[in-house]
Amino acid sequence: MKFTLSWLKEHLDTDEPVEKLADKLTMIGLEVENIDEKAKALAPFTIARVISAEQHPNADRLRVCMVDTGDGGAPVQVVCGAPNARAGLVSVFSAPGTFIPGKNITLGVGTIRGVESRGMLCSAAELQISEDHDGIMELPADAPVGAAYAQWAGLGDPVLEINLTPNRQDCAGVHGIARDLSAADMGKFRDPAIKPIKGEFPCPVKVTVEDAKLCPGFALRLVRGVKNGPSPEWLHKRLTSIGLRPINALVDITNFMTYDRSRPLHVFDAAKVKGNLTVRRAREGETLLALDGRTYTLDSGVCVIADDHGVESLAGIMGGEASGCSEATTDVLIESALWNEINIAQTGRKLGINSDARYRFERGVDPAFMVPGLEMATKLVMEMCGGSPSENIVVGNAFGEDRVIDFPLTEVKRLAGIEVPFPEMKRILGHLGFMVAGSGPVVKIAVPSWRSDVHGKADIVEEIVRIVGVDKVPMTPFDRGDAPRKPILTAIQLRTRRAKRALAARGMVEAVTWSFIAKPAAELFGGGQSELALANPIASDLSDMRPSLLPGLVAAAQANSDRGFPDVALFEVGQVFKGDRPEDQLIAASGVRHGFASSQGRGRHWSGSAMTDALDAKGDAFALLSAAGAPMQALQIVPGGPGWLHPGRSGTIQIGPQNVLGYFGELHPRALEALGADGPLIAFEVILDRIPDAKQKPTRAKPVLELSPFQPVSRDFAFIVDRNVKAGDIVRAAQGADKKLITDVTVFDVYEGKGIDEGKKSIAIAVTIQPREKTLTDQEIDAVAARIVAEVTKKTGGTLRG
Amino acid sequence: MSDLANLESQILGQIAAAGDEAALEAVRVAALGKKGSISALLATLGKMSPDERKTQGAAINLAKDKVTQALTARRDILKSAALDARLASETIDVTLPLREAPAEQGRIHPLSQVMDELTAIFADMGFAIAEGPDIETDDYNFTKLNFPEGHPAREMHDTFFFNPKDDGSRLLLRTHTSPVQVRTMLTQKPPIRVICPGRTYRIDSDATHTPQFHQVEGLVIDKGSHLGHLKWILHEFCKAFFEVDHINMRFRPSFFPFTEPSLEVDIQCRRDKGEIRFGEGEDWLEILGCGMVHPNVLRACGIDPDVYQGFAWGMGIDRIAMLKYGMSDLRQLFESDVRWLNHYGFKPLDVPTLAGGLSS
Repeated sequence: MKFTLSWLKEHLDTDEPVEKLADKLTMIGLEVENIDEKAKALAPFTIARVISAEQHPNADRLRVCMVDTGDGGAPVQVVCGAPNARAGLVSVFSAPGTFIPGKNITLGVGTIRGVESRGMLCSAAELQISEDHDGIMELPADAPVGAAYAQWAGLGDPVLEINLTPNRQDCAGVHGIARDLSAADMGKFRDPAIKPIKGEFPCPVKVTVEDAKLCPGFALRLVRGVKNGPSPEWLHKRLTSIGLRPINALVDITNFMTYDRSRPLHVFDAAKVKGNLTVRRAREGETLLALDGRTYTLDSGVCVIADDHGVESLAGIMGGEASGCSEATTDVLIESALWNEINIAQTGRKLGINSDARYRFERGVDPAFMVPGLEMATKLVMEMCGGSPSENIVVGNAFGEDRVIDFPLTEVKRLAGIEVPFPEMKRILGHLGFMVAGSGPVVKIAVPSWRSDVHGKADIVEEIVRIVGVDKVPMTPFDRGDAPRKPILTAIQLRTRRAKRALAARGMVEAVTWSFIAKPAAELFGGGQSELALANPIASDLSDMRPSLLPGLVAAAQANSDRGFPDVALFEVGQVFKGDRPEDQLIAASGVRHGFASSQGRGRHWSGSAMTDALDAKGDAFALLSAAGAPMQALQIVPGGPGWLHPGRSGTIQIGPQNVLGYFGELHPRALEALGADGPLIAFEVILDRIPDAKQKPTRAKPVLELSPFQPVSRDFAFIVDRNVKAGDIVRAAQGADKKLITDVTVFDVYEGKGIDEGKKSIAIAVTIQPREKTLTDQEIDAVAARIVAEVTKKTGGTLRG
Repeated sequence: MSDLANLESQILGQIAAAGDEAALEAVRVAALGKKGSISALLATLGKMSPDERKTQGAAINLAKDKVTQALTARRDILKSAALDARLASETIDVTLPLREAPAEQGRIHPLSQVMDELTAIFADMGFAIAEGPDIETDDYNFTKLNFPEGHPAREMHDTFFFNPKDDGSRLLLRTHTSPVQVRTMLTQKPPIRVICPGRTYRIDSDATHTPQFHQVEGLVIDKGSHLGHLKWILHEFCKAFFEVDHINMRFRPSFFPFTEPSLEVDIQCRRDKGEIRFGEGEDWLEILGCGMVHPNVLRACGIDPDVYQGFAWGMGIDRIAMLKYGMSDLRQLFESDVRWLNHYGFKPLDVPTLAGGLSS
């Protein structure tokens, strides 16, 4: 919403400077986004006369102009591309060194196609005073050459632009803004009564409203015998000052009413309207050439005003070209109506029209001002164009409901925490147009017709507080009371945080990827269900909710590789979607490693350069599980995993077959190909929700530490086993040999190759035997060792290596 | 010179000449071993007369002591020299570059870090963290929050929808974390103090908007909380989060469907060559929206607005993270470029705490 200071002063008697008014507007909820003081920015632009305009020797579309800049010096040579550059034209000149706001450049001396140019003749768009860039500006022949253009043109009037919140349609007119400012002590509100203008004859055009829901009210009157033409200077300046283009008096009056009173109107050339007017839904496929020069194809969702020709106007949005007013118009029909807000918004969006009328009607105009608005417009028409008015036709009868709110005066203190004396409340509400009856403790407040946003007590509190000033509300410390200082993170929140730090501590870098991925990628990881596909995705590769974090991470790893950083270890902890119910959304912790981004560190190194492998992913998964509080002793590793993993280089982490926590391994080459990524890529995914909750303990004390007085004994064994025997089975067999004495089994060597038969491998373990009651004799230790060998042989078929 | 004196000086000479511990040991054995020269002299004492034994014994023992001492002294010298020689040969290249520890290489995303900072600040003020699903119903995302029918946010143009179900209802991706407030109010009895951080979605994609982003909202419901408390909390939060001693804030009346009165909040700052400093300067920067929870919202969530009251606020986590840490392009938060992550990310042990400082 744009307006000028002088326009505001038509409605507000004030001497406050523009900066203070702007600050106050912002602080009462009408946020001033911009104060445009054109005269300042345009100071260097002067009025100049074109003495001669000759064809440029080297360019068909350019002219070489000699320009009298009025500074008493020699004429200045300017190369100009405007078609209207001609001898005798008075226009606007800028010298080299001038900043051109519309082009965002500072002008220099230039040579254009071999001819020097020492300045520029400007269009209105280049000065940012309108969007008109059809040639350079044409000023009256008597405009003073050499004078500052902005001063001459009356652009010294600051233009304010308000970022209007959607609830305040009443301030989409300068009148309403002035009312708010008067309540905030910024001046006296001028609100003279609008006198009805008596009709001199019945309106000859009848109106039928087919659907009162779409059109709750419709007022119309004819003014006969008008003489249309350019608007008077004051109106011309009002409109141009906020960037509107004056057209003719009748049209300009409607635009003026829109910005002055937030009361959009429409004017029809009565001579071009055939028969009576009907407000109805458009018929499927009907078309209208609108005033913006575009033809719209309509459907039954669009409300139109039609006559015997067909559709003449898009109700509340834009008029039609055919019945529009021109300088030849002699009889004008003025329409002032109410429209259904939702329908206007939908139609505007559907047709892609952002008109000033739509802006106001979709927010809801003051219903009680429908008829006064018509009267005011009639008066303006008669003042500017003469003519004799008909009587009004008014269809509909509910022009605003009476709203009365029972308001306890304590409500202001209760919600806003500030004491406002009742007389002050009453004064503020009175200025805003509310009527207050009674003196408390509960008063009755009548809401003015233009405040369709005010319905209840909280709205009244807001009105009072915003005018008093939110800055006056004292800051009040918010005591946390005697609530116990307990941890506030839930189990899943804590797991999420710990998993992230554990993975980062293993050298991985946290990424945040998109929640939506391409459908084929989703399908590859068990997703792609129809209930997880967006109806309106922003792009085809962001179409389905992710069932896994891995497609995003794989794409990210590949993108980094393509940028020249192939050794990456990325992880993400975030939501994945197994269905569309809340309980189907789980938190996954996943990661990928590529190239030399092993768990030892990134890149090649003199101390050893291992490519990452599947067991790095196992390490990552275990590190995060441990940090997230998983029962590590209960975890089982089962070889193999889902189809997106390499069948021989992958594992499943589970606590029994019913609770699979996750997977790790090398990505399957076919999955890599489908994702367009170069392998080998190492990956893991763990679902944090599936970690069993830890048992709550009554105290924080740890179990008593038992220190054995007897030294532990370590014994090494190497077994030859078949190649497919799992080390985990050997470890478990060894542990099972004597659960009481054996406290630890580690694998310290795995060997295949020379000295070992084909198809076999050697696995060496170190077993720690912890004596419990006494030091063990050599015979007792040998007996344990023999049980270990027997147990491993029994479970795995291995033989002790000689 | 007597034979004994000769022997002694001869042995001492051999000790001095011994070049290593093995040669010295040979000298010791030759002198003091079972068949050594001094041992042999001591063996002759038995055959001597008592007087002779007295004088000779003392002399021989004296010589033995001298030799023993010389041996010890020489051994210490040789041992020390041998150690020096060994150490001189044992050198490593101390300039070899270290492999950076994994904990030095790993990074926490700035969004996670800021989420932890928010948690630290609000936990201290007695807030819990509430979370909810990204896939929401129209009822929780709009209707219960007092969005009127036909509100532009409810259009396909602004909000991601899923395909309609058989009953005509359609789920959507939440456009704010306010549905978590709804869920909290529906399931918890006041007093309520929660923050609701999470991922949100809107159809928007340009330099300053991404189709997914993150919000943190706060909600307080009880029998006495008012705008003064809200202002205080947000003031305390901004000081703590931006780690400044004081900050000027401006509360402007505004409009949201779900709060009444509604406010927008600006913080004062100074922009200087792409850097923003808070607590000084002349510019105002919009940072969050807030207000008293609308009575219609309370009613829709089964709370009597004449008995209970409260306030809520919401802000973009991405935005405050960018402001605090000087990240200029929102889109880079989701591009997983390791150069960006290494630069703007945090080390895993940099855990934000109020005791140790959020970011120091």
